[in-house]
Amino acid sequence: MHIVQQILFILLAGAAVFIFTKKVKEMRRNVLLGRDEDLSENKDQRWKNMVLLALGQKKMFKKPIPAFLHLAVYAGFIIINIEILEIFIDGITGAHRIFAPALGGLYSFLVGFFEVLAALVLIGCVIFLIRRNVLKVRRLSMHELDGWPKNDANLILITEVVLMSLFLIMNTADLSLQQLGAEHYTKTEPFWITGHLTGMFSGMSAGSLIVLERVCWWLHIIGVFAFLNYLPYSKHLHIILAFPNAYYSKLNPQGELKNMKEIQNEVLYMMEPDKAPAASGEPATPPRFGAKDVMDLSWKNLLDAYSCTECGRCTSSCPANMTGKKLSPRKIMMDTRDRLEEVGKNINANGTFTDDGKSLLHNYITVEELRACTTCQACVEACPVMIDPLDIIMQLRRNLVMEESNAPGEWNLMFGNVENNMAPWKFSPDDRDAWVNG
Amino acid sequence: MSIKNMAEYAANGETPEVLFWVGCAGSFDQRAQRITRAFTQILEKVGVKFAILGKEEMCTGDPARRAGNEFLFQMMAYNNINTLNAYGIKKVVTICPHCFNIFKNEYPKLGGNYEVMHHTTFLQQLINDGKVVLKDGGAFKGKKITYHDSCYLGRGNGIYEAPREVLQAFDTELVEMKRCRSNGMCCGAGGAQMFKEEEQGTTRVNFDRAEQALETGATIIAANCPFCTTMLTDGVKNKEKEDSVKVLDIAEMVAMSL
Repeated sequence: MHIVQQILFILLAGAAVFIFTKKVKEMRRNVLLGRDEDLSENKDQRWKNMVLLALGQKKMFKKPIPAFLHLAVYAGFIIINIEILEIFIDGITGAHRIFAPALGGLYSFLVGFFEVLAALVLIGCVIFLIRRNVLKVRRLSMHELDGWPKNDANLILITEVVLMSLFLIMNTADLSLQQLGAEHYTKTEPFWITGHLTGMFSGMSAGSLIVLERVCWWLHIIGVFAFLNYLPYSKHLHIILAFPNAYYSKLNPQGELKNMKEIQNEVLYMMEPDKAPAASGEPATPPRFGAKDVMDLSWKNLLDAYSCTECGRCTSSCPANMTGKKLSPRKIMMDTRDRLEEVGKNINANGTFTDDGKSLLHNYITVEELRACTTCQACVEACPVMIDPLDIIMQLRRNLVMEESNAPGEWNLMFGNVENNMAPWKFSPDDRDAWVNG
Repeated sequence: MSIKNMAEYAANGETPEVLFWVGCAGSFDQRAQRITRAFTQILEKVGVKFAILGKEEMCTGDPARRAGNEFLFQMMAYNNINTLNAYGIKKVVTICPHCFNIFKNEYPKLGGNYEVMHHTTFLQQLINDGKVVLKDGGAFKGKKITYHDSCYLGRGNGIYEAPREVLQAFDTELVEMKRCRSNGMCCGAGGAQMFKEEEQGTTRVNFDRAEQALETGATIIAANCPFCTTMLTDGVKNKEKEDSVKVLDIAEMVAMSL
């Protein structure tokens, strides 16, 4: 019986890790479809950001209630996963609670501690479910989340509730079996929480308790493997990607917009032709100004898209969104990820990307959304994992204006004024200092 | 006023302490011209030796760049940096946070390196150094003031305290809006929105922001940006509160209290 379980476990674990690794490689390939951007400088500051923002969740604490609940769920979820190590070894070797004899009292302390965390995760997830489905917190119930995003969120929370319940029931059954003196069930101290719950199973026989304990054990570990492979398709991927994303986040002041070196040079060579390099076989202009599709964005923009957990802090602080405009920074990130996944599937099917007649600009993100942005950086400031929706918005705007000449008439007038009168309004440059006499 | 431009300084072989970059709004917009004059009045009173570029000043290119027209921005930047470098400008002060941001963060990559200050920081230093002394606690004694963080001074460059310190020099009560500092809400003008009609929505950004300012019960809304000043003034008018609530730039408030 044990050997069958061991073989099953090894097969399951192998399959789970294999499928997950394959998908991770695919996502890595997708992110690297983006333009190159060197973000290797200032490593000290980057490590600091990662510790403070990803591990310490510093920006979450702008909203204290969700921050504490999130911290409990996150810490619980991560720390309880230490238990997975034991489950893994037990699963492969056929042992039961392999660390218990060696650790003695410490073992019961650790499991007790995990149980407290599990209870916190459970409570946290239930409150999160209530916030989403009963209280309907505005940023969590907007229309852009209709369909899969809402289901995804609920599925994650329900899975965590189920996993934690399985963990607690398993421990309760285990303790009951220990009390009955069942063979194979190593004696431990009663655990902090389940130690008080054994009464629930007092009437059950050793046989049915073993079945219950085993079923919980298996469902728990199957759940964990399934969840691992669910991550890449879910907003929950942020539990991993928050770390690299915080590490590679922008270190310059938020107000700074990326320079376009190729256009800077173009202007320089126009004004000072002697500085222009001798004509060579290389094309003088880059393939595209700004971004039309995901491949034109930087790899960091694409990592941002995979890191987004759709919490909507960006959108709820966006002045355009608050006043009823179509722009939603969260939707910009969701669209970027959706389009990137579509491009990835295209590459999986065709070997290389084959034109599908679609692009991020227009097919996913509309001109109206882009034009509503005031570049106020509230979305950038709001993001707990340092996503920069504004950087994507600006690159799409650049493409609109410079490649499609797609600007509202008033902007074209403004461009004309800046060019001819050196000011955005139609005043004579000779009157620039007329205020002195006013 | 006898305000000298750089060409006049250069002709006399003199160097000013600081170049006052007026900006397009400060130069041409009638409301913003009052801010420009107020600031120069303070500079003159304190005896700061300053110059303007006069007719040689051009748009920094900020609205073009943020609308997506990088070519036009680079053209403007090229010309401005040439002018400033030819005069050997070292220090710039400006009354516009958009110009400030361009000088501080975007011109250095294009060869324009200057020490740049926003006028609110400049005023804070003058007050701290005792060079500016407000008469009888200022012209707004006992009034309630709220302060609007502009995006490009606040979030863009992390300057939240300097303008507040200036306001604290007045004998007034400073009340914060619900959304302030890094969570401050835009006035609606940034990203070249100033130069176009807003996209379709349920209300205007400046109406919302002005409402938040009015909710504080303040009778003065202090701003640090000519565009915010215009937007918030329109927002206050929309609520028909223009008789009881005034939108003023911090420079105007200081100038009125000298």
